[in-house]
Amino acid sequence: MRPADQAELTAIIADANARHTRLRLRGGGTKDAVGAPCSAALVDMRGFSGVIDYDPSELVLTVGAGTPLTEIEQLLAKHCQMLAFEPWDAGCLFGKAPGEATIGGTVMAGLSGSQRLTQGSARDHFLGLKGVTGGGSSFTAGAKVVKNVTGYDLPKLLAGSWGRLAAVTELTLKVLPRPASSLTVVAEGLTPRQAWRAMATLLGSNAELAAAAHLPAGTTGGVSMTAVRVQGFSPSVEARCQIVEALDTEGRRFTRVGADAAQSIWEALQSLRLLKEGGPLWRISLPARCGPDFLAQLGASNSEWLMDWAGGLIWYAGPTDAATIRCLAGGLGGHAILMRGDEELRMNVPAFHPLPAATAALESAVRRAFDGAGVFDTGRF
Amino acid sequence: MTICMPEVDADVLARREQIVVALRRIVPGEGVISEPTGLRPYESDGLTAYRQMPLVVVLPETVEQVSQILAWCHAEKIRVVPRGSGTSLSGGALPLADAVLLGLGKFNHILDIDYDDRVAVVQPGVTNLAISKAVEHAGLYYAPDPSSQIACSIGGNVAENSGGVHCLKYGLTTNNVLGVELVLMDGQVVRLGGRSLDGPGLDLLGVVVGSEGLVGVVTEVTVRLLARPETARALLIGFDSVEGAGACVAAVIAAGIIPAGMEMMDRPAIHAAEVFVGAGYPLDVEALLIVELDGVEAECDFLIGEVERIASTHGALQVRISRDEEERNRFWAGRKAAFPAVSRLAPDYYCMDGTIPRRQLPFVLERIGEMSREYGLGVANVFHAGDGNLHPLILYDANRPGELDRAEAFGNDILRLCVSVGGVLTGEHGVGIEKRDLMPEMFGPADLEVQEQVKRAFDPQLLLNPGKVFPTLHRCAEAGRMHVHGGQLPFADIPRF
Repeated sequence: MRPADQAELTAIIADANARHTRLRLRGGGTKDAVGAPCSAALVDMRGFSGVIDYDPSELVLTVGAGTPLTEIEQLLAKHCQMLAFEPWDAGCLFGKAPGEATIGGTVMAGLSGSQRLTQGSARDHFLGLKGVTGGGSSFTAGAKVVKNVTGYDLPKLLAGSWGRLAAVTELTLKVLPRPASSLTVVAEGLTPRQAWRAMATLLGSNAELAAAAHLPAGTTGGVSMTAVRVQGFSPSVEARCQIVEALDTEGRRFTRVGADAAQSIWEALQSLRLLKEGGPLWRISLPARCGPDFLAQLGASNSEWLMDWAGGLIWYAGPTDAATIRCLAGGLGGHAILMRGDEELRMNVPAFHPLPAATAALESAVRRAFDGAGVFDTGRF
Repeated sequence: MTICMPEVDADVLARREQIVVALRRIVPGEGVISEPTGLRPYESDGLTAYRQMPLVVVLPETVEQVSQILAWCHAEKIRVVPRGSGTSLSGGALPLADAVLLGLGKFNHILDIDYDDRVAVVQPGVTNLAISKAVEHAGLYYAPDPSSQIACSIGGNVAENSGGVHCLKYGLTTNNVLGVELVLMDGQVVRLGGRSLDGPGLDLLGVVVGSEGLVGVVTEVTVRLLARPETARALLIGFDSVEGAGACVAAVIAAGIIPAGMEMMDRPAIHAAEVFVGAGYPLDVEALLIVELDGVEAECDFLIGEVERIASTHGALQVRISRDEEERNRFWAGRKAAFPAVSRLAPDYYCMDGTIPRRQLPFVLERIGEMSREYGLGVANVFHAGDGNLHPLILYDANRPGELDRAEAFGNDILRLCVSVGGVLTGEHGVGIEKRDLMPEMFGPADLEVQEQVKRAFDPQLLLNPGKVFPTLHRCAEAGRMHVHGGQLPFADIPRF
């Protein structure tokens, strides 16, 4: 089913309510292989496509949920702006061709890139929406202004909800100026613990990093690389790079790398091409200082993981079983999402980290608030 | 002034003694206040036009006590109003005659600071400024800076999603809180978020921040800390028209600059402020901009030059650049004194709070000017120009018959105007009881229904902070605003800007 407008979408959802059937919302389908396999009827949201309102000086963009991410990126680039949470096309994790990801799918999956460390995630840039609840009711939430603080902040709840609450048809997003200049500065040979320490020190300084990540030796084919990105206006970037370069981490220093090398590092943290392809892939979110602890406890080899967000995000593609990963992540105050796995694994292991009973009960009450009959409860999550 | 609050449950009033005894069993000693003299300080918050003595005040000291209080009230179907420092300007902590007022003032400890990961875990009664003070020595601070920051609590900031002068660049409370511990109305304790950047499951934290005390009682807050910028400098720029100033603001942003703060004042506000504090503002301009840049020195130097260049090509009549901290503070002094300064223009003023798309500013100010003439009441405007948050200050005299009503009607028209140009009813003061009945101006029935269903998911019996945020079925009064009589600001020791 591919509704062309809100009325058709509402009819589809009302019909599903009447027949007690389930619906699975889908944008470009890049993340089809996340979550348990399910047979619910697909609702293709790509009919809701196009830019609805964009005034660069207001820092606000309103688009249809089915608008391709690439189209939005090109439009913003023309006006020297960006989505600061660095959304990316996750299709590459599943062997899909680039260009299929939609803005709706990306925000509803709550996917943010390396810059999330300092700029906030999709939820922090999601100001307003139009959509249809699981109960079939058309609604709006938030607003089309940067300071959208009136009423409950439902856009935050919808971001990262993976289609479990409402079919969002229109999104208003905060946009920000694209930095005029960007430099990446790299230290080689640091251990994960040393890397965390260096990144934490720099984040607490006036270096004003945009992103900070660590690639272990087994993924770079040589020595480990700890990379930080400094961006903004050229004179400022130069001054802040000097702060980074002045840092001494047990005799090792950060030095600038060229634009191509920089591009390659940050791209690798999205495509994850340095990790084993095809096998199980975990996305583990932790307090930053616990990133190195998690890796040590896991006993992960240095070709099986990447560390982003200054230690707060681990991508892990190794053989350790789900229970161990979740136990270790939970024990350190974090959680683990199964991003990729074969059907058998996904049937047995839920994509999301199990919640404590009281939180789980609250979450299901909130789901019922949007979707009383469970139309969007496909069993996928 | 009256406003419709939920019907008082006479049965609960009759059981008052029993309720006091039950609460004393949970919180022994002086933690339960039931004498009228003890209750009096809690009868209102920063919106002092509305007063109501609470049924009883309870001041728990532990999460266990909060949990027991809520569980007992839940079982007995007794309403609860949570309160932080009581600085809300929208009546968010206004007591109800039949509700237990749950004060969190004793939750005033900073529990943990992780300097490496730049995270602080604090109790909700800790003031906003106290967090920054506690980490100042390490070069860190907590970014959101509502103007009441010396008094307002972080728990209250979470409830209201507070902003501040610097929120365009650094975000609101919601962008700077990583986690909370929340006690639900049935007494269950849940943790939402934590010290990691992303939480598991649905982003319930996102809806708790800004929920105005209607979904649970926050007993612990984890906030993100930032490195304090090395320098800050400001420009003072005068224009011969509001349009000119507005165009300059748009051009600054179009040039890719997000200033730490960008404030605008109109002619009446400039004159009032200058008379009041002698900040050295030019008096021959129609609009004044204060633009503050922060960061490393090289960044400030560069951006000061850029903003100066943009201003001069956008018809600035004059541009002054702060040479030192003292001058920067002087530029701000007039702006920060704008509220008390305006209170000298008339016996009373009425502080409004709405947000508009910035491009609508000239039209909105022109319409406010026309309405000012129609209502026969003066108005001065101060404006967080970066994020479109407008504070019109309506001048009136409560001692003149009918003027208060006219001021309130004028205020409501301004908020309707904000919504009609694509803006919202609030900027940073919350909805509370103040704007509750205007919510349908912005949200349709289906929109409000979704929000109310979310509220019910947390509190099915609607026992937490009832009568706030959501419009009641019967509108029996127009909403009130922050009224100031004879220059007597509510909580006059707290700066408001």
